[in-house]
Amino acid sequence: MTQTRNLGADLPSQQFENVVIRFAGDSGDGMQITGSQFTHTAALLGNDLATFPDFPAEIRAPAGTQPGVSGFQVRFSSSDIHTPGDRPDVLVAMNPAALAVNIKDLAPGGIVIINTGQFAERDIAKAGLKSNPMTDGTLAGFRKIEIDINDRVKRALEGSPLSPKDIQRCKNFYTLGLMYWLYSRPLDATVVWLKDKFSKKPELAEANIKALTAGFNAGDIHELFQNRYEVAACTTMPPGTYRNITGNEAASIGLVAGAELAGLKVFIGSYPITPASSILEQLASYKHYGVVSFQAEDEIAAICSAIGASYTGYLGVTSTSGPGMALKGEGMGLAVSLELPLVIVDVQRGGPSTGLPTKTEQADLLQAIFGRNSEAPIPVLAAATPSDAFECAVEAVRIAVQYMTPVILLSDGYIANGAEPWRLPEIDKLPRFAVKFLGEVPEGGYLPYARDDKRARPWVKPGTPGLEHRIGGLEKAHLTGHISYDPENHDFMVRMRAAKVAGVRDTIPTPPVVGDAQGDLLVVGWGSTYGSIASAVEITRAKGQRVSRLHLRHLWPLPAGLDEIFARFKAILIPEMNLGQLARLLRSEYPRHDFISYSKVQGQPFKTFELTNKIESILEK
Amino acid sequence: MAETQALTKKDLKSDQDVRWCPGCGDYAILNSAQGILAGLGIPKHKMVFVSGIGCSSRFPYYMNTYGLHSIHGRAPAFATGIKLANPELTVWLVTGDGDGLSIGGNHLAHILRRNVDVKILLFNNEIYGLTKGQYSPTSGIGLKTKTSPMGSVDRPFNPVSFALGCGATFVARTIDTHQKHMEATLLAAAAHKGSALVEIYQNCVIFNDGVFDGVAEKSVRDDKTIDLQPGQPMVFGKARDRGLRVEGFDVRVAPAESADTWRADTPSAGPAFVMSQLDADPTMPRPIGLFRRVAAPIFNEGVHAQVNAAIAKKGAGKLRDLFYTGDMWEVS
Ligand code: SF4
Repeated sequence: MTQTRNLGADLPSQQFENVVIRFAGDSGDGMQITGSQFTHTAALLGNDLATFPDFPAEIRAPAGTQPGVSGFQVRFSSSDIHTPGDRPDVLVAMNPAALAVNIKDLAPGGIVIINTGQFAERDIAKAGLKSNPMTDGTLAGFRKIEIDINDRVKRALEGSPLSPKDIQRCKNFYTLGLMYWLYSRPLDATVVWLKDKFSKKPELAEANIKALTAGFNAGDIHELFQNRYEVAACTTMPPGTYRNITGNEAASIGLVAGAELAGLKVFIGSYPITPASSILEQLASYKHYGVVSFQAEDEIAAICSAIGASYTGYLGVTSTSGPGMALKGEGMGLAVSLELPLVIVDVQRGGPSTGLPTKTEQADLLQAIFGRNSEAPIPVLAAATPSDAFECAVEAVRIAVQYMTPVILLSDGYIANGAEPWRLPEIDKLPRFAVKFLGEVPEGGYLPYARDDKRARPWVKPGTPGLEHRIGGLEKAHLTGHISYDPENHDFMVRMRAAKVAGVRDTIPTPPVVGDAQGDLLVVGWGSTYGSIASAVEITRAKGQRVSRLHLRHLWPLPAGLDEIFARFKAILIPEMNLGQLARLLRSEYPRHDFISYSKVQGQPFKTFELTNKIESILEK
Repeated sequence: MAETQALTKKDLKSDQDVRWCPGCGDYAILNSAQGILAGLGIPKHKMVFVSGIGCSSRFPYYMNTYGLHSIHGRAPAFATGIKLANPELTVWLVTGDGDGLSIGGNHLAHILRRNVDVKILLFNNEIYGLTKGQYSPTSGIGLKTKTSPMGSVDRPFNPVSFALGCGATFVARTIDTHQKHMEATLLAAAAHKGSALVEIYQNCVIFNDGVFDGVAEKSVRDDKTIDLQPGQPMVFGKARDRGLRVEGFDVRVAPAESADTWRADTPSAGPAFVMSQLDADPTMPRPIGLFRRVAAPIFNEGVHAQVNAAIAKKGAGKLRDLFYTGDMWEVS
């Protein structure tokens, strides 16, 4: 059994409100697992948390090089937090490349834990460094903890049946154990996880548990640290049951839930693409929810199969990222013309073209709203945080089925892979929007393009006797849906489709202004900038500035009431991870207001301090 | 009940005027398809016709069934989604040489390899009709069109070889003007479990008139084609006096008595492929009929078997379990 000595009890224990740790190593070092296990344990201890995994596009870039560095940042806190933190307080560097890439981010006076077992001259050379960063002054101003993890793991696993190479692969759990000790965390949850993960390979479970325990014990025995730290559970989170969730998990769950609330089953037609693939993976594991998952031959077949399934009475879903969005354009246009429900999830990444597959960006906004041939309006909404992806997915399904329209749900790499606590919804408080299929010829005859009060046409499942009809991408005559080349009819139908989508506005709320209802500055955001904006506004308000914020979940159509809100502020700032796409949209929709665009397109989320600086510089003027 | 009422050909005609050019081979195909489908005992509301873009793709509008006229080349993907969403439906797909083999070649390949239970009619007229006469991926080398004024240098696809290469479980060829043969071929396709591809030589009177006359014209047809039928001797000719013998990878013309018997279900698709390649040899009769017919696992059945197995094992998923799972904690 696992033995952890409750050592270090005699060391002074220091309370912190929140801590940011970054685990950094080679792509093959298992840093993502280490980070997510630390997160998992923090969640179970009741901390509020936010994570930021950051890894290269290559599965295994050459070992030891800077491009091969993979990092996982986790912030855990006893108070509400909105972001994974600007700067780590603790950096774990498994090799010189990891140190070189990450040290510039470490907070002044921060702790850097270095695996000296990986700092031979050739390791330093592989990292492309001219001198040893441990001795060349790079680490001045930081607290340096040196530990030969390679050797420690070797000793801890002496007599293990594993090969020396496999033994070294337990290094990440040794490191995790060490961090558990430092932050006074129990090992149990990770032990359970390891046993489950390696249930078919008990020798691997045992070795990793040994390494984990050895790391934990080492914290004390080897007198590496002067202190242990504690971060208490967060008590300001709203009451409820929580679990830790990533954005792609939340989106997947939201799609299944949304379908259920509509009385439908999900059909996902998708094609693997970073960073969206895990939505297809997750939905493929929900077969017992009746989900039919189809890994298509390409992005086009993916959306087309989903439209076929929607035509047949499923909730068709397709998930992708930027390059795939481009390929799906014609399919989306057909869905607009067929007026069938469909949810398209675009997990945005750096672009154009292949761009930065594993990095985040929010530059597909205008593509989502306008990026199709002709007048092809589609409602667009965007998730703000990992757990918000759940609500947005449910909302996307609602709009799709109530308005018989494709809907685009935007997420991004930062939300997709990032995690936070998710307050689990109470089932009976969820919205319900059951679909009513047309099952027989209505009075006055069946008209495939007749419309209800939301301008939605009837949904008929093939297989329904008496309602056989043909539809397609050619322009349809109003009501009958027959092919029509009539100019007046075309003009009518173009306007009808636009009016239908604009009508979605009637069922979406005006977003609240957080802060004062009027003031000097309103910060308007959409998507994953939510957390940084919330933090920055909190900080600047605490300093007495008259700053408020507003988050847009619905990007198209835009909610009602914005014009009046904008009028109450002297200036409006729009931070975006693109070159000002929302700003451009708002300028054209609300021309009487002035919008200040603040853009950053580095494949990285905004840091809170960048936004506070910007806010302050605007207010100084 | 509608389920048991026998259909007539007329029941399957929609109220839309058929708008192909007068004399187009498509009329005959529509007529034969309506004829055989009426006799299948399947109610029309259980039938779905799916198409892409092109002259042939107008087909669904003329069928009084459910129909989806989709986008260029993608019909196999729509058909796959439809069949997966409701395996009870009888799904037919109509495509052409441009739609199915050029822009949609990828999708056609994949629906065939997956063996989705969809019947595919590929109208081959060796030309782009709807866009007014450009060469297609089945046009012969040297064909002069508006986009190949000096003659095409584009090596053509052989649709049957293509389908065989994709691992198709049913591959056949027929001719628009050969009603009896076409109906028999469509019936065989309808009876097949899995995806069935039928290449139909279809005359485009406007842009490629008579392209198949050398083999398909009624006066030469018997001498210039050989009808491959499983279990039947490979005999051809007006007098049915000649036959084919397969010797290794070669096929030779021999007296009818020594003709080999055709088998469409050999473990390897090799013999069918060899037959499909006779097209290139002007001294050989052009094979039509049934190249290949084998049983194989059907994609839509496999997908639903997994869904059902998951439900049997874990129980039908409940909303609550979707949320309240894994490691949770309470905040009060
Ligand atoms: S262009 Fe050719 S294929 Fe098209 S309808 Fe006319 S004859 Fe038929």
